[in-house]
Amino acid sequence: MIPTNAPALTPLLFLFTGLLIPLAAFKFRRLAYWLALSATAAASAVALSNIFRVLDGRAIHYRFGGWPPPIGIEYVLDPLSAFVTSVINVIALIVLIHARRTVEADLPQGKRVPYYALVMLMMSGFNGIVMTGDFFNLYVFLEICSLALYGLVAVGDRKSPVAAFRYLVLGMIGGCFYLLGVGFLYMSSGSLNMADLKAILLVLGPRPGVIVALAFMLLGFGLKMALFPLHGWLPDAYTYAPTATSSLMAPIGTKIGAYGLIRVLFFVFGLQFITQTVPVATVIAWLSAAAILYGSIQAMAQDEMKRMLAFSSVAQVGYIGLGIGLANAWGLVGALLHVLNHGLMKACLFLVAGNFRMKLGHSRISRLDQEARRRMPWTTAAFTLAALSMIGLPPTVGFFSKWYLAWGSIRNGSWVFLAVILVSSLLNAVYFFRVVERLYLKPADRPPEAEKSGAAARVRSEVGASMLVPTLVLAAALLVVGLLNAFIVKGVLLKILPPGLAGMNP
Amino acid sequence: MPEFLVGHFFYWFVFLLMAIGLFGIVLKRNLIKKVIGMSIFQVAIILFFVASASKWGGTVPVLDPKLGVSDASRYINPLPHCLMLTAIVVSVATSGVAFALIISIWRRYKTLDEPELLARMKNDPD
Amino acid sequence: MTRNEDNPIITLISSMVAPFIMLFGLYVIFHGHYSPGGGFQGGTLLAASIILLRLALGSELGKKQFPSRWGTPLGSLGVLIYFGTGLAALLLGGTFLNYAFLPFSPQASHNRYWGILSIEIGVGLAVMAVLVAIYDDLLEGEPRA
Repeated sequence: MIPTNAPALTPLLFLFTGLLIPLAAFKFRRLAYWLALSATAAASAVALSNIFRVLDGRAIHYRFGGWPPPIGIEYVLDPLSAFVTSVINVIALIVLIHARRTVEADLPQGKRVPYYALVMLMMSGFNGIVMTGDFFNLYVFLEICSLALYGLVAVGDRKSPVAAFRYLVLGMIGGCFYLLGVGFLYMSSGSLNMADLKAILLVLGPRPGVIVALAFMLLGFGLKMALFPLHGWLPDAYTYAPTATSSLMAPIGTKIGAYGLIRVLFFVFGLQFITQTVPVATVIAWLSAAAILYGSIQAMAQDEMKRMLAFSSVAQVGYIGLGIGLANAWGLVGALLHVLNHGLMKACLFLVAGNFRMKLGHSRISRLDQEARRRMPWTTAAFTLAALSMIGLPPTVGFFSKWYLAWGSIRNGSWVFLAVILVSSLLNAVYFFRVVERLYLKPADRPPEAEKSGAAARVRSEVGASMLVPTLVLAAALLVVGLLNAFIVKGVLLKILPPGLAGMNP
Repeated sequence: MPEFLVGHFFYWFVFLLMAIGLFGIVLKRNLIKKVIGMSIFQVAIILFFVASASKWGGTVPVLDPKLGVSDASRYINPLPHCLMLTAIVVSVATSGVAFALIISIWRRYKTLDEPELLARMKNDPD
Repeated sequence: MTRNEDNPIITLISSMVAPFIMLFGLYVIFHGHYSPGGGFQGGTLLAASIILLRLALGSELGKKQFPSRWGTPLGSLGVLIYFGTGLAALLLGGTFLNYAFLPFSPQASHNRYWGILSIEIGVGLAVMAVLVAIYDDLLEGEPRA
C-alpha cells in the first residue's frame, strides 16, 4: 500500500498528526512532542525512500478521489519533488530534536501543545506544495503553511506580534497575487493541472492573459521566497520568532518558494517561453544579483546574530534565484544543490544561535568573547565550520553550489554575475569572520584572581545532548555532503533537469 | 474601444476594488484599517473569479430536469465557485489570525497607530 | 458583550430564534447536493446561532450551551471525520478520498453520495467549532465590567 500511495503519504501523515495532537494531548501533555517527532521521522523515511522509487526518471502520478486529471486533483512524484521533500523532512527532523528544550524554555506551559500542532500543519503545507500537481491545490497548501507560520512566529518575545503581523499582511498579498495568476491562467486555458497546462501553453503562446498570469505567479512565489525586493517581512520574522520557529522556517520556508518558481518556470511554461518569448529569467537573475549584494552588505551591519543570519538568508536566496535565472543546466544544478546546502548550513547556524541564547542568555555579536568559546567549545566549532561553508571553502558543501553557479554564469557569458558571486563570497567572509574573531581572539574581561587559577576556574557549560547532537550532526553533514556531492549531483540532480536544458559538458 | 470598456465593466469594477484594497493596506496608519484593506483586496479577487464563471443566459449549476445535461452552455461554470469557497474560508481564517495579533500588539504596546508603534518598538529593549 | 444586560426583549427573541437558526444550518449542510449549501455554509450558520446566544445573554449564560474549551477539540474532530473518510477509502483499496471504495452500499454512486455527505458533516462541525473558538479567543481578555 505504501508504494502505490507514496506521493500523497507525506502531506497526509503530517496533517493527520497535526489534527491528532490537540485531541491526544488533552490528557497527556507530553505526548505532543513525541507524536510530532515520530510523524517527522516517518515522513523523512517515506521521503528518502521516494527518491529511490523515481531514480529511473519516470514520474508516479496519484489521483485523489479516483478522478482522472484534468477533472481531478493529482499528486506527482518525480525526481524534483522527491529531492525537495527529502531535504525538507530530514532537516525538519534534525531541528525538531533540537527544539524540545528551546520550546520548553521559550514558551509558557499552555502554548506548547498548540505549538507542535502548528508545526505539523506547517510541515503538511510544505510537503503538500511540493507534491501537488494542481495549481489551486498549491494555493490551498500555501495558505495552510503560511497561516501556521504566522502563528508560530507570533509566540516569541515582545516584538514578535508586530513581526508576525507584517508577515501576515505581506504573505496574504503574495498568496492573493498567486491566486490571481491562477485565475488568469484558468480563464485563458480552462485547466488547472500542471501537466495539462504544459501542453495547452504550447498551443496558446504568449497571450496577454498568460503573460499576466506568469507575472502574478512570479510575485506570489517571489514573496514566499523573499526575493529582493519582496523580502521585507523576513528580517523581523526571523529575529523575533522563537528559536525553534526560526530554525524550522529559515532552512525550509524560502526553499518552497524556490521550488514553486522552478516548477512553474521550467516544467510548465518551458525554457523557450521564459528566455526568449518573455525574458522573465533575465529579470529574476538581475533581481537575485541585487539580492546577493544587498543581503551581504546589510548582514555586515547587524549586531544581533539572528538578524545577521536573516539578511544572510536574503543573500543565499539570491544564489538560488540566480541559478534559476541563468536558465542553463549548470545554473539549475547549482540552484538545486544550494537548496540542500543552504538548508543544512542555515539550520546549523540557527541551532548555534539557539544554543547561545539558551546558555549565554543572548545572541548579540558585540557581547561575544572568548568566554563564550571556553564555555561552549563544541557549539563554537560547529559555528566555525558552518561559517567556512557559507563563505565557500572546499571541501564543505558551500563551495560546490557556488562552483556550479559560477560555471553557469561563465557558460552564459554573464561576467557580471560571476563577479557578484565572487564579491559576495568576500562579503560573507567579512561578516562571518567578525564573529569567529570575537569568539576565538577577543579576550574576556575576567577579574585578576580568576586569571591566576587558570584551568580550574574554567566553567564548561555546554548545552545538553539533545541540543548539541543535532548541531554537530548538521556541521558534520556539511563536510560529508560536500565530499559526496558528486553522487548527489549525478544520481539525483541530473535526473531532475527538464528535457529542454542542454547537458553539462564543460 | 467602447466594447472593451463596456463589455468588461465588471472586471473594471473588480480592479478598482483591488486598487482600493491595496491603497488601504499601504497608506492607512491604523492597523485595523490595514486589515480591512486586506479583506477588501481578497473579496475583489473572489469577485474576479466568480465573474469569470458567469455566462449569458446561464442558470444555477444544479441539474434542472427541463434543461437536461446535454448542453453545457445553459449552466454557468461551477468550478470557480468551488475554488472561491476555499478562498473565502482562507480569508476568514486570516482575518481571525490578524485580529488576534492586533489584540496581542495592543496589550503590549497600547497603540494601534503604525508610526507610533514603530517609535515605541524602537525604544523597547529587545 | 460579556455582561448580561437583562433586557427582556433581547433575551426572549434570541432564545426563541437560535434553535431555528441551528435547524436551518443543519438543513443547509444536508442539502448541499441539491441546492446552494454544503459544509462551510451550514457550519457558519451553526456558529452564528451559538454566537448569537453569547452576544445576547452575556458570556456566563451564553457559554452554558457550548463551553469555550470545546472549541479546538471539536474542530480537530470535525477535520478528523473528513480525514477518516478519506483514510477509510485509502485503506479499503482505492486512493485517498475515492468514495467508491467506502463500505456503505454495493453501488459505487451511492457510496460517492454517502462519502460526500460524511465529509460535509465533518467540515460543518469543524467550521462551527473554529468560528466559535475565534470569537471566544478575541473576547478572552476583555475586562469584566
